[in-house]
Amino acid sequence: MVPLYMYLLVAAALFCIGVFGVLSRRNAIAILMGIELMLNAVNINLVAFWRYLKPDEINGQVFAAFVFVVAAAEAAVGLALIISVYRNRNTVEAEDINLLKW
Amino acid sequence: MEFTYETVAFFIFALTTLGSGIMVVTDENLFHASLYLLFSLFGVSGLFVLLVAPFLAAVQVLVYMGAIGILIIFAIMLTRGMMKMDQVYNSQRVAAAVVAVLLFIALAVTLTPIVDELEFGEDLNAELAEDPVADVTYETVNELGKVITDRNGFVLPFEVASLLLTAAMIGAIVVAREDEA
Repeated sequence: MVPLYMYLLVAAALFCIGVFGVLSRRNAIAILMGIELMLNAVNINLVAFWRYLKPDEINGQVFAAFVFVVAAAEAAVGLALIISVYRNRNTVEAEDINLLKW
Repeated sequence: MEFTYETVAFFIFALTTLGSGIMVVTDENLFHASLYLLFSLFGVSGLFVLLVAPFLAAVQVLVYMGAIGILIIFAIMLTRGMMKMDQVYNSQRVAAAVVAVLLFIALAVTLTPIVDELEFGEDLNAELAEDPVADVTYETVNELGKVITDRNGFVLPFEVASLLLTAAMIGAIVVAREDEA
């Protein structure tokens, strides 16, 4: 059986890829995609810990399911905001969206 | 680590996930990046199957690849003017890469010894190696349903989650709707 730390390493790598995407991309949609990658990494961790440490309790899977819910809500609202900003300002570049910058 | 079918499958799915993940953050064409994101999510669902969480794997394909993937593709097409930028990265991309690599190194270094401590004794390890799926019930959907609707379980978070989804849906419609005036 694949040892637990292999799953954790994959999840850590995926999370760091997401961090890089969030920090470095200019397009707001690309930033959201980086966040999706990070959420998926968290889900891998949750399910892997459930599987290896507490397989008789279902809680780990419930947490992962809640992460799904939050991810869906976040994607819907985030993309709606981006579309709205694009309609009003004709850009989705994170650096150009500075209405609230003081 | 022995060389079994499971290890081979694990490496295939892990490489799919990570390889497409890297393409997601590096591809200059945003539409291609979103397709790579779907591949990456598919790899994650394969990992869920290997972890004996078939329900989550199915939800991953339905909700993530189906719903969120389509949502992202729609958003990209609705903002088509921004699909190809001459500059993909902002000015802090080197710093971002350094931060990401350092974070990964830190995680990897701290993970390994902690896992050694966490990892159950030799007996359980041997047991798992012999029959990796014996200790997991296959009726996860049943159990999930019971726990989620159990008064002492997760019924309150479940209701809050449904409220959150409703609020997010209404909010998304209101925010993205074109003004009628």
